Amino acid sequence: MNERLSSALRVLPDYLSQHVLLSAASLALGLLVSVPLLIAARRSARVRWPVLAVASLIQTVPSIALLALFYPLLLGLSSLCKRLFGVGFPALGFLPSLLALTLYSILPILRNGITAILNLDPAILQAASGVGMTDRQRLLRVELPLAAPMLMAGLRTSAVWVIGTATLATPVGQTSLGNYIFTGLQVEDWVWVLFGCGAAVALALLTDQLLALIELGLGRRRPRLAWTGLGLLLLGVAAAGVVPLRAGRHAGYVVGAKDFSEQYILASLISSRIRAQGYSVRERTDLGSVFAFRALAANEIDTYVDYTGTLWTNILHRTDMPGRRRMLQDLRVQLRRRYGVVLLGPLGFENAYVLAMRRGEAARLGIRTIEDLARAAPRLTIGGDLEFFARPEWRMLEERYGLHFRAERAYEPTFMYKALMSREVDVITAFSSDGRIAADHLVVLKDPLHAIPPYDAVVLLAPKRASDPVLRRALEPLIGAIPLKLMRHANYMVERPADQRTPAQAARWLARAAHLH
Amino acid sequence: MIAVESVSKSFDGGASFAVRAVSLRVPARAFVAIVGDSGSGKTTLLKTINRLIEPQQGEVIIDEEPVRTVAPHALRRRIGYVFQGIGLFPHMSIAENIGITPRLIGWPEPKIRARVEELIDLVALPRSYLARLPAELSGGQRQRVGIARALAARPHIMLMDEPFGALDPVTRDALGAEYRRLHESMRLTTLMVTHDILEAVLLADRIVVMRAGAIVADGEPRALLSGHPDPQVRTLMDMPRRQAERVRALLEERARE
Ligand SMILES: Nc1ncnc2c1ncn2[C@@H]1O[C@H](COP(=O)(O)OP(=O)(O)O)[C@@H](O)[C@H]1O
Ligand SMILES: [Mg+2]
Repeated sequence: MNERLSSALRVLPDYLSQHVLLSAASLALGLLVSVPLLIAARRSARVRWPVLAVASLIQTVPSIALLALFYPLLLGLSSLCKRLFGVGFPALGFLPSLLALTLYSILPILRNGITAILNLDPAILQAASGVGMTDRQRLLRVELPLAAPMLMAGLRTSAVWVIGTATLATPVGQTSLGNYIFTGLQVEDWVWVLFGCGAAVALALLTDQLLALIELGLGRRRPRLAWTGLGLLLLGVAAAGVVPLRAGRHAGYVVGAKDFSEQYILASLISSRIRAQGYSVRERTDLGSVFAFRALAANEIDTYVDYTGTLWTNILHRTDMPGRRRMLQDLRVQLRRRYGVVLLGPLGFENAYVLAMRRGEAARLGIRTIEDLARAAPRLTIGGDLEFFARPEWRMLEERYGLHFRAERAYEPTFMYKALMSREVDVITAFSSDGRIAADHLVVLKDPLHAIPPYDAVVLLAPKRASDPVLRRALEPLIGAIPLKLMRHANYMVERPADQRTPAQAARWLARAAHLH
Repeated sequence: MIAVESVSKSFDGGASFAVRAVSLRVPARAFVAIVGDSGSGKTTLLKTINRLIEPQQGEVIIDEEPVRTVAPHALRRRIGYVFQGIGLFPHMSIAENIGITPRLIGWPEPKIRARVEELIDLVALPRSYLARLPAELSGGQRQRVGIARALAARPHIMLMDEPFGALDPVTRDALGAEYRRLHESMRLTTLMVTHDILEAVLLADRIVVMRAGAIVADGEPRALLSGHPDPQVRTLMDMPRRQAERVRALLEERARE
């Protein structure tokens, strides 16, 4: 079988079960929240109006932002909780995803439920009181059963939304079917992207159909049908619950990775080295840039690779730019002191922000350094990745060199290179270890004023693994062992348009080429 | 005995009254018909008795006990109520509809089942209908179920709001007569709202005429038929008599031919 497809299938149980558990928990919690709200709102317009308004407002917040916003909120709560009760909770992964998706699930259930209850025939309601029902009996025996079909329709809408939106939980550190999509997008592996979409769609359709079965059973008063639907749903959730339990028993180490090719390759390399020590490993990939470090500091992942410049500005919030050696030293001390995180050492290559141009264009304009570029910049357009123009590096480049471009455009990295090659932009903010620099024959502009800090790749260990002998045995040989040229080529193997390799294959190649074993 | 004591109800904060200072005494085992134009307050009056509507003034006393001192649901389980719009529960079978009040009270299931079968026989519907949903019955059949449901928990008082409204004249007459027999055999006290004066005359022991929220006439059918000081009541009571006279005239004409 195709290597990419078989690798996709290998992680399917993990991705799918996590996706199912997250969606099911969110929907259950959504129901748990919205049904009491519904009951409170059914009589009183004063409750109804604000409840619906808030639910509608939540729906308009972009899902990815809602997911991201829960992280600082939970982080604050967690540290408060730690101060008060001595125990915190993880602010990443399952919890923020669960809360955000729960909020999303509420509106359709609530809106349909309220519509259903408002449209109940007042004569029937009065008859319910007239035959001697208490308020509660009337709710349980008349209002809810009559509203049930509409409520179920709302639940179905919710389920489809939640299952689709759950793919966005990947960047906040929750494994889901979204991992296929995010990973696939990064390495331009459309098989993986399609696989992820297909799996999410299939799951949504299946769930919808099972809920429809329950709805039919309720509507036609055929309890067996409703029980069958409910039984199958619960069976699916239970099966999903068993997978992580089984995996959890064996998972010794968790290796993290951010959301780009180099990170996948290095995670794979690290995993195989731990495995070679006889321990089992699970990978958590596609962590957002900040989330990866937080997850490490919270001991949710055991190790991953980050970059000195990123840690310097994003984690330590430093704006000064000491030399490469001082930066490394300070980081080693500060990360240990503040977070208990161990900086094991640099891998030997740098993945810095660089400015790159098409070779021909650079030669034509006589541009070799960023100083040269500054002169031509007013006639040129620059493309950056999604965060670059908000980063301090960009501010420093602008200040030091007096850079002013005709236009600035932000792209998802894959599309940034395409924009450069199709001449939509003239300059891009590439990464120095990116394989596409060599492959696309780009020139990297020199930075004589050292405006951009060093971005040495470094291996980090979680606080609880600070002196873990297995990790040290597995990872110490990597320190200083990976030169830029090899990393670039490994990255290129994964990203090149033809003869693409999986990150695992590239990792094996890299281990051989760097004489690691 | 039901005693309504100067009960007033306004739905618009006192600008107008659906029922204004109405007093009415209904002795046990009486059969009282309430007639009047639509909007005259008949339904409102009926609903103040089982607290589906709470009056602003006055009070209702049943067997010496003011109804406001009884929990509404407990009160309503003791009083049969037939709704103007029937009000069967669309998601419950006919059996479940009829058995609802006994079930709320907590009768054992076999007793409920026996009672439901007894009642479906009583309102002359086939037992096979018990498993059906209300939507699968005709309007008249639903009205019978409504009456059966009101009778299920063996109430002593029946409040009926145009219970035969949706029936064709023949069924209407037959069901009315059947109900009158039930009223006797079960020793019920019945208050029946109707807009059909002939029905009131033929079924009730006593007729109460309402207009604009007040009682304008109250008496035995025979007394009301033989004249009343209020001209509108006279016109109203004249109607069945004139109809009867014309029918008699027609019959005599045919006999002469
Ligand atoms: N729930 C209500 N809200 C507002 N007005 C009402 C309500 N119920 C009845 N009314 C008004 O009270 C008056 C009496 O109504 P009702 O008792 O239903 O009359 P009837 O049964 O004799 O036709 C009418 O004017 C009607 O519009
Ligand atoms: Mg009425």
